[in-house]
Amino acid sequence: MSDLLSLDLAAARDALAKREVSSTELTDAYLQAMEASEHLNCYVTTTADKAREMAGAADARLATGDALPLDGIPLGIKDLFCTQGVPTTAGSHILDGFRPEYESTVTSNLWRDGAVMLGKLNMDEFAMGSANVTSYYGPVESPWKRQDGGNSRLVPGGSSGGSASAVAARLAVAATGTDTGGSIRQPGSFCGIVGMKPTYGRCSRWGVVAFASSLDQAGPLARNVRDAAIMLKSMAGHDPKDSTSANLAVPDFEAALTGDVRGMRIGVPKEYRIDGMPSEIETLWSNGIEMMRDAGAEIVDISLPHTKYALPTYYIIAPAEASSNLARYDGVRYGLRVEGDTLDEMYAKTRGEGFGPEVKRRIMIGTYVLSAGYYDAYYLKAQRVRALIKRDFDQAFESVDTILTPTAPSEAFAIGENDDDPIKMYLNDVFTVPSSLTGLPAISVPVGLSNNGLPLGLQLIGKLFDEESVFRAAGALEAAASFTARPTGGQ
Amino acid sequence: MSLDKATVTHIAHLARIEVEDAQLETMVGELNNILSWIEQLNEVDTDGVAPLASVTGHALPLRADAVGDGAYPDRVLANAPDRAMDFYSVPKVVE
Repeated sequence: MSDLLSLDLAAARDALAKREVSSTELTDAYLQAMEASEHLNCYVTTTADKAREMAGAADARLATGDALPLDGIPLGIKDLFCTQGVPTTAGSHILDGFRPEYESTVTSNLWRDGAVMLGKLNMDEFAMGSANVTSYYGPVESPWKRQDGGNSRLVPGGSSGGSASAVAARLAVAATGTDTGGSIRQPGSFCGIVGMKPTYGRCSRWGVVAFASSLDQAGPLARNVRDAAIMLKSMAGHDPKDSTSANLAVPDFEAALTGDVRGMRIGVPKEYRIDGMPSEIETLWSNGIEMMRDAGAEIVDISLPHTKYALPTYYIIAPAEASSNLARYDGVRYGLRVEGDTLDEMYAKTRGEGFGPEVKRRIMIGTYVLSAGYYDAYYLKAQRVRALIKRDFDQAFESVDTILTPTAPSEAFAIGENDDDPIKMYLNDVFTVPSSLTGLPAISVPVGLSNNGLPLGLQLIGKLFDEESVFRAAGALEAAASFTARPTGGQ
Repeated sequence: MSLDKATVTHIAHLARIEVEDAQLETMVGELNNILSWIEQLNEVDTDGVAPLASVTGHALPLRADAVGDGAYPDRVLANAPDRAMDFYSVPKVVE
């Protein structure tokens, strides 16, 4: 094996099963690459000893011929997933020193299937951000560079920025992410990889540090559609410990990748053609539409009239739920404590020092919109608009099987750009938030390069619990786009 | 509607977040910007629309009212910044 890092998940699985390579060799190659690429700041914690131990156990199983579905595959884990005995920070100062006494269901499922943990991946604080610049542990850098001769450090997107950058830079075979308003798909688009947010309820939220509970959903970031399908199969499944986890059988997503989209009806929503959208995004989208048409799909013009209200709706609902969820960080049970003379003073000092500016902003907004006298005007209003957004999709899905849109309104920007105005940053998620508010499965597939030579993705959205159609369409789009560009940064 | 400094101080108190005076002015501006942007929802006619909280339409499951987990205080308290016996300890609340 000349270049172990170039093996994608499917190829690594096959090479491991054939004993052409051992998990220990593969894991060591990644641990070395991680050390050589520390400047990207992808990993908050490296678990080298644990990784070698897990790789050794996988090699022992592989030797017997009874390989597990992900046996010996080295993965990175977003630092929002609780991992037993391993620091879990959520990118926040307030979780200083926190070592969970339990393992999240999603990571338990991955270890059950034989995967190896390389470490915990950097992220926006409490998953609040679209550029991975709000982390207490510093910004993550993307391995991509603009082809303008400059050397600007670019953002990987967020909040799963460490996950996306690590997969793009080949510092993990694949990684877990979480998506509340686009946090898997937008970084997937920025980093030229595949990011899949399954249906709300497909993956258990148990042991995932909560941001906005009616929206949070785990999913994979991977090098291609097949890898994402393999990984989601292991991550997903019913869990009695999460009452919103769907009690449905998990399909074989990989088997859905038939490549055949003949007759599939793909909707193109006119409301996603927003003012000020760069022409290269429009062109990318048109190209994607043509690719799907050429593959035999039927393109259908659709309307999702409430699209423009999705983002403001999200910025009521998500902060409201966050303000409630983050009330638990009080300096009493875990993490940072800043002493005060009274209990209230201790709470306020701990939270004042422990949370960063964006998290504080969202807790404040959430507290305000839920406070006495404003609940109806903001929170209930937002939930009503959310119902209308869902109605738009329900009606659209009467005539289409999937929906094709851009993933993000721009290419990746430089670290420090868009920092002056929170709303400017929020607009990154304009195309991903509607499917988050409605719980629909959606994937970002890299389809082309911008004029600056940076990756751009398109998004496919499906019906509730119909990830198979999303994967099938994504597989066809990926094959047609044949995106092979690789970042020049990294190691 | 627009938030003033006193209201933002009150929200910070409700959220139990200490905000230094120097940060307060910036925060007032940012929160007002966000809230005025959110106001565009008032354009949407939502009369007779039921609020949506659950997207999948699945009913929440019921389970037997029985203890299924627990009885390991050391694990529960393992991350406590300060503990006394099998309790979390905090600054004195009652004289």
